[in-house]
Amino acid sequence: MNETTISKAQLADAIRQLVGADNLIIDEETQKPYECDGLSVYCEMPMLVVLPETREQVRAVMKICHDNGVPVVARGAGTGLCAGAMPNRDGIVLSLARFSRILEIDPQARIARVEPGVRNLAISEAAGEYGLYYAPDPSSQIACTIGGNVAENSGGVHCLKYGLTVHNILGFEMITADGEVVQIGCEAFDSPGYDLNALLIGSEGLLGVVTEITVKLLPTPEKARVVMAAFDDVEKAGNAVAAVIANGIIPAGLEMMDSHAIVAAEDFAKAGYPTEAKALLLCEVDGTIEEVEEHIEKVEKLFLEQGAFSCRKSESEEERALLWKGRKSAFPAVGRISPDYYCMDGTIPRSKLAHVLLEIEKMSDSYGLRVANVFHAGDGNLHPLILFDANVPGELEKTEEFGGKILELSVDVGGCITGEHGVGKEKLRQMYKQFNDRELAQFHAIKDAFDPQGLLNPGKGIPELRHCQEYRSIEAEGC
Amino acid sequence: MKRKGVEDGESIMGDISKELVEKVVTAREEGRALNIVGGGSKSFFGRTAEGEPLEVAGHSGIISYNPIELVITARCGTTMEEIKQALAEHGQVCPFESPVFAGRATLGGTLACNFSGPARPCLGSIRDAVLGTRLINGKGEEMKFGGQVMKNVAGYDVSRLQAGALGTLGVITEISMKVLPIPAATATVAMEMDVAESIGLMNRVAGQPAPLSGSAWVDGKLYLRFEGAASAVEGAVKKFGGEVMEESSAFWEGVTEQTLDFFQGDAPLWRLSVKSNAPHIDAGGSWLVDWGGAQRWLRGDFDKAELERQASEAGGHLSLFRYGDRSGEVFHTASSVQQRLQKNLKAAFDPDRILNPGRLYSWL
Ligand SMILES: Cc1cc2nc3c(=O)[nH]c(=O)nc-3n(C[C@H](O)[C@H](O)[C@H](O)COP(=O)(O)OP(=O)(O)OC[C@H]3O[C@@H](n4cnc5c(N)ncnc54)[C@H](O)[C@@H]3O)c2cc1C
Repeated sequence: MNETTISKAQLADAIRQLVGADNLIIDEETQKPYECDGLSVYCEMPMLVVLPETREQVRAVMKICHDNGVPVVARGAGTGLCAGAMPNRDGIVLSLARFSRILEIDPQARIARVEPGVRNLAISEAAGEYGLYYAPDPSSQIACTIGGNVAENSGGVHCLKYGLTVHNILGFEMITADGEVVQIGCEAFDSPGYDLNALLIGSEGLLGVVTEITVKLLPTPEKARVVMAAFDDVEKAGNAVAAVIANGIIPAGLEMMDSHAIVAAEDFAKAGYPTEAKALLLCEVDGTIEEVEEHIEKVEKLFLEQGAFSCRKSESEEERALLWKGRKSAFPAVGRISPDYYCMDGTIPRSKLAHVLLEIEKMSDSYGLRVANVFHAGDGNLHPLILFDANVPGELEKTEEFGGKILELSVDVGGCITGEHGVGKEKLRQMYKQFNDRELAQFHAIKDAFDPQGLLNPGKGIPELRHCQEYRSIEAEGC
Repeated sequence: MKRKGVEDGESIMGDISKELVEKVVTAREEGRALNIVGGGSKSFFGRTAEGEPLEVAGHSGIISYNPIELVITARCGTTMEEIKQALAEHGQVCPFESPVFAGRATLGGTLACNFSGPARPCLGSIRDAVLGTRLINGKGEEMKFGGQVMKNVAGYDVSRLQAGALGTLGVITEISMKVLPIPAATATVAMEMDVAESIGLMNRVAGQPAPLSGSAWVDGKLYLRFEGAASAVEGAVKKFGGEVMEESSAFWEGVTEQTLDFFQGDAPLWRLSVKSNAPHIDAGGSWLVDWGGAQRWLRGDFDKAELERQASEAGGHLSLFRYGDRSGEVFHTASSVQQRLQKNLKAAFDPDRILNPGRLYSWL
């Protein structure tokens, strides 16, 4: 595609002049931490790592890269789970880590203006002073940046009621592939012309680099309580989820774990989860005090009617935090019971849950790999965690194949290959399952509209069309 | 849940969408522009339409509705009224409260125009509710984006991009969207108050944990609507005071459907979409404030450039929503980079500019 027309030394000199020696990493050893994101099975070393401090520096760096055909991979905290921030060998990593200031909080308008390198949780911490918070809460919120959230359209356990990143961002400033500044959206709820806000959120750093973000803040609910319900059967738990929705309640969060996940999480967090359960539901309701009391009783009653063998309601903030702790630390908890784990991210219609879990169990048997499932049950986003050992030759490949099959199953039951982690490098192949050539060509046309040279995060997000046929014929041959 | 008649309806409707594809292909070959028309209820909106009408109202009907999944899928020509009725039977609603315009508004047109009612600041617009679409681009290619699940980040979000694009990127043929349960209780309180003070209060109320689902000001009165659990609604009414309205649905409907006295007559209707707490703009004329201060309506003859400046200063943008000169630009002036990106995007979907050319901007 593009041809880099500049040597590493020349590029380093030019960029050093713009950002200073302290903000440029040239040597391999210091570059090492940038070789991957949270999905460390995909690694690559970049040519340079650049850490600009101002918008003008970002612009100038982007301009040089543009003029010299150098790929640019933006990077937040590197917690992504699809190798989206994995470097390009011939390009630079553009880290937004130094963009870590909260620029303004307008408590009356309930808006915060922040730089992209601000951590997700830091926004809510700062807004807390005014009784406000930023709603989308990925489990990685202590570490991940709001810029990364915008690029991935991240979700969290409270997204069922409060929406994803795309529902909670009013606008942002972006640097285009050729180094121009453009304001997307504004401080109002909509913007003139095309809704670029909607198009760009979740575009995985392929269409521009975000340098400032205006987020919506919500009033902290007066009260929140969680009910934990244990079931001896996954299908019963699935029905219990449906019953809550059917009764007109939209919980703030509604999460499910299967037995492997329950055992691992309990071992890690000592939250008091009943380890004999086949499925565990955590349902949080929030709102005014009256509303929460009314709904919490209703939800508990529904769970018992649907066959929960035990129910526990949080009686204090500490207890609520404890009940959530197990769920929120499910990934690291699973990390302790296996040398490695691979996290999948399909979404499925809720009604297909029991079927999908059964199919996964069958595949788990035939691949000989254990799976723990955590599930954003309220919005159908399933995270099967496949347990494996990367030191066993061939096991990673087997795991990847198994994971791919799970995603294809998700598409077959009417869902999709990724609910919140993004496509990145990792799920390129499954994109062929979800989209046909025409749709992929349309995606490429969109990419060209923003980045005709293909310099922004190349090789991610949207698979090349010409590989398409090859992949498909390999599959047809059954290898 | 499959709807009755879907089985045999499917093939006929399949043919209609094929017909639409053929019409787009032919128009492109012959270099003719198309003016996409649903129920025609929003022909007043945008710039004057050019091109030969492409009727899509016949492509109608609910394809699937599963109340437990909170998702409905329908063809573009389905009227909002039909959708609202189907939802009501299962105790659900479209959260974005779009106008039905005397039964003529269709689902496709509602997405293309991105219209939503007073609940918008709290529950989002149709742009927020949409999960997936099928659409025919300007090359006559029918494609499917998104789906029927709540979360989907595979590929660019082409579905939401259709919101407010006024059909310039494609003929939307099918839409899946999220719906919500009907709130258990609702109450509206009204209080006499001037507009500046109302804007302040709307923002203060919205900043507190209360089940606010609408706040508007018109004719010297502030209206606050609360919806949710009965106990929460009662609590809010007590807390914020004001006179409880016996019958409030007619008022909110008048705001949504633009049938209140304020909207009568054919004086230009300006819309300022701004930061919710931006100070009241003292430009003269009569005002109606909705969306908790974020949407302000103004009637009368004004200098567009001057209003635009004021809207920008208020953190937002201006449009000449209805009446007035519709041959000039009716939406906010775009920066040169914005124009370039939007033109490129238009070309990515409709390289020969045959779908509603010039409806959004003269240059698009
Ligand atoms: C333990 C764990 C739990 C997680 N839980 C969740 C969860 O609950 N929900 C969820 O959605 N995700 C979750 N994630 C995934 C991850 O945290 C999110 O995708 C997050 O948004 C990534 O943010 P980041 O700052 O780490 O971005 P990075 O990983 O650095 O980058 C992610 C992508 O964004 C691009 N990017 C970053 N900054 C910018 C910018 N300023 N402009 C343009 N592009 C940019 C990068 O190029 C890359 O493609 C989890 C990850 C871990 C490790």
